[in-house]
Amino acid sequence: MSLVTDRLYEEAPRPLVSQGTARDFYELLKPRVMQLVIFTALVGMLTAHEPINPIIGFASILAIAIGAGASGCLNMWYDATIDGLMERTSKRPIPSGAIAPGEALAFGMTLSVGSVLFLGLITNWYAAGFLAFTIFFYVVVYTMWLKHWTVQNIVIGGAAGAFPPMIGYMAVTGSVNLETFLQFLIIFIWTPPHFWALALVKSKDYARAGVPMLPVIAGGIETRRQILIYSILLAPVGMAPALFGYTSLVYLAISAVSGGIMIWLAYDLYRKREGDAARKASYRLFGTSILYLFVLFAALLLEEIVPMMIPMLIGRNLI
Amino acid sequence: MNEQPYPEVPKLTPEDLAKQKARSKALGLVLGALVILFFIVTIAKLGGNVWNREL
Repeated sequence: MSLVTDRLYEEAPRPLVSQGTARDFYELLKPRVMQLVIFTALVGMLTAHEPINPIIGFASILAIAIGAGASGCLNMWYDATIDGLMERTSKRPIPSGAIAPGEALAFGMTLSVGSVLFLGLITNWYAAGFLAFTIFFYVVVYTMWLKHWTVQNIVIGGAAGAFPPMIGYMAVTGSVNLETFLQFLIIFIWTPPHFWALALVKSKDYARAGVPMLPVIAGGIETRRQILIYSILLAPVGMAPALFGYTSLVYLAISAVSGGIMIWLAYDLYRKREGDAARKASYRLFGTSILYLFVLFAALLLEEIVPMMIPMLIGRNLI
Repeated sequence: MNEQPYPEVPKLTPEDLAKQKARSKALGLVLGALVILFFIVTIAKLGGNVWNREL
């Protein structure tokens, strides 16, 4: 018999079937990131103001979400070793031993190719190409290169998480416009203060894993300064859709107030540098940043839906 | 030629078998859902052309 087959048996200390449950495979897709992708891609799609069959729209969002999940899965496959060294990620399916790295690689690659082909077949190949580029950017540019190489890893890598609104818009129109670019910019500028707020608390984890996150390389004070700068930048960027005339004054008010809250919390974190107060300030900013992005995109969603609903309700004499 | 016997492959425990069964069920459901999705999407893509064709 061949050497390969012999080795296969010798190096198999466990049964040659998967040890993972269906839930473990689901966890490989980073479901919480997928929720953000579904939400922002939907907003981008509605921004197009062009009719799209609801079934095609739903299937497009599903394809984009699965593409994002696939990139999360490939990220976990590549970073399984360092995930095992960090408390926050040590219970993920690969470091915990539930799923073998090869299974995750096959799962991620299958879903990547499948989601891109599906999106291309039901919408257009520009959107499919953009989805493929996003997966490539997250897995190769961010995970394999930037994350382990530069302190600016999540600043540049954050672009991957910011592309979904543009892909959603492109699925409908085959192009991009300034409005969706502004949506991209909101997520892009939001990512550094969001991640660094968490990295401040988990800096020992990142140091142990050898990941050059800003708090590990530049220290807590510089990280707090950068968080404050990005939060100050984020407030006007968050208001930009209204300033460019794409939304109403209601959105302007919501984005101004929520942007102000982000700046205040970033300043609070800047002042509190040690002990439990600093830790609480980090978590508060991290949690609020998630709420901030949700509120902004929910407001953008309502800005698109409400004008569509009013004529329908008037037509049925409901208002 | 002397062929060495293979080391014994570990047998599946009842827990492994339960996991395998649950995975098979989940995979079956996903594949079934994909069949339905592809069918509905195909009909949606065809749209009115389903009726406007020569018979």
